[in-house]
Amino acid sequence: MAEAFEPRIVAFLCNWCTYAGADLAGTARLQYPPNVRIIRLMCSGALDPAYVLKALLEGADGVFIGGCHPGDCHYQNGNYKARRRVALLKKILEQTGFDPDRVWLRWISASEGRLFAQTMTEMVAAIRAKGPSPLRGRWGT
Amino acid sequence: MDVWARVTGHEEGAVGALRGLLADLLRARVVDAVLVPRLAPGGSGVVPALVSRPEDVADAEPLAPVMPVQGARLVSALTAGGAPYRLGAVLRSCEIRASIELAKLKQADLAGVTLIGVDCLGTYEVPDYAVLVAGGADPVAHALVGAPQGTVSPLPRAELRPACAICEGFVPSGCQVTVALIGVEGGALVMASEELVEELGYERVAAPQHREETLASLQAARRAERRRALEEWRSRVRDVPSLLAEFGRCIRCHNCMVACPICYCKECLFRTATFDHAPAEYWQALQRRGALRLPADTLLFHLTRLNHMATSCVSCGACSSACPSHLPVSTLFAAVGEEVQALFGYVPGRSLEEELPLATFREDELSQVAR
Ligand code: SF4
Ligand code: SF4
Ligand code: SF4
Ligand code: FES
Repeated sequence: MAEAFEPRIVAFLCNWCTYAGADLAGTARLQYPPNVRIIRLMCSGALDPAYVLKALLEGADGVFIGGCHPGDCHYQNGNYKARRRVALLKKILEQTGFDPDRVWLRWISASEGRLFAQTMTEMVAAIRAKGPSPLRGRWGT
Repeated sequence: MDVWARVTGHEEGAVGALRGLLADLLRARVVDAVLVPRLAPGGSGVVPALVSRPEDVADAEPLAPVMPVQGARLVSALTAGGAPYRLGAVLRSCEIRASIELAKLKQADLAGVTLIGVDCLGTYEVPDYAVLVAGGADPVAHALVGAPQGTVSPLPRAELRPACAICEGFVPSGCQVTVALIGVEGGALVMASEELVEELGYERVAAPQHREETLASLQAARRAERRRALEEWRSRVRDVPSLLAEFGRCIRCHNCMVACPICYCKECLFRTATFDHAPAEYWQALQRRGALRLPADTLLFHLTRLNHMATSCVSCGACSSACPSHLPVSTLFAAVGEEVQALFGYVPGRSLEEELPLATFREDELSQVAR
């Protein structure tokens, strides 16, 4: 079972930074594990936390959110607002018996393809160590 | 400056004083109408009523220990966008705090409103209250007996609502008129601005001598009870399966949300097409999981509601009281609420000036959440 476990990670990436960073990692042929499904957003501040919850309840093993570095958001402060929302969400997850460390928020710019590949590698390893989501295969949530 | 005064020229006792106060506010045209509970037709309960004639407050039941509707919902309905008359609203502390949250959410306008906050002696569930009254008990008189000493206990063989049993915030604040019962001898005293007391012609009195210490000791007892209840909850709910077990009987009827004063959205996400899954989606989900609980998304519903409003939860318990499956909704919200409120250093209902946590941010904060 342990060998068979491949983490499934849903990644919500800001179009202007982390998404472009992921693209750069791809074109530069930087290796990172194929466990990540990417969803593009116009800004980390545009992410409705309900989608993070939905992914977790559907059995995703981890959720990654990538935004522009502080001060670099194309909409001034979307990433600062995202940080508050994610902090709130992680606190709620912690208080309701979930593992908040299955949700990562990171700042990765368009030129940081290497950092993106590294971060994905790191996250897949961390989630692999945690094991499958306790929600996997549940018939009732 | 606020001063203490005794309501004069009316019936003896706290209920008489409150009815008198409301009649005087209407007569003096300080307000044009008051929101106050009144005896319901049939007599087994009370209902909130909007009253404009002074003589109609004669059967007001401002102290009936029952909360059929969270008053903040009514304040919102009566004032959102501005009321064309001056409203006075008799409310408990949790109703005032929720009204302040709703004002920040632009769902109420408190500018022209006279908030009349009454010390809360706790409330019974609506059906329990009806049974007590039908059995000949007088819940108001019972509550008032212990108020001067700060012993706020339910009638024998009855229980206060669980939210009230752990409520520390029973003293109203942020209101124009405070009606004090706890730690006050001989009925009620009011605290209001010097001008208002003068206008109503009330006799000014010294601050009640034992009020502060009486309030403090009741608050300490409640705080201990709250700690105990929330610790018990946390020891029971440690992981996702134990959380699911607590809400196993949830039928996602949305009653908790409808009763909650903070959940104001006209177009709640859970009533939009987002959660009207097409038949084919059920089939897809079924193939993925093998079996499906229905109605779907019960846990998602509670987590999303927490996410939307736990920062503003005032711990009034209206959600639990409305739940047909008797689920511990308000305990969940109290436990999570205190943690998320602490995270942002936010106290719901404390002040109109304090910004909602998600309406603002600081550049130098929460560095442990993202790097
Ligand atoms: S929660 Fe507190 S303020 Fe609200 S009804 Fe109960 S005791 Fe009163
Ligand atoms: S009122 Fe009770 S059964 Fe209905 S949705 Fe809320 S928790 Fe579930
Ligand atoms: S969640 Fe429950 S306890 Fe909190 S404000 Fe809403 S109704 Fe009151
Ligand atoms: S534009 Fe990238 S986080 Fe706002």
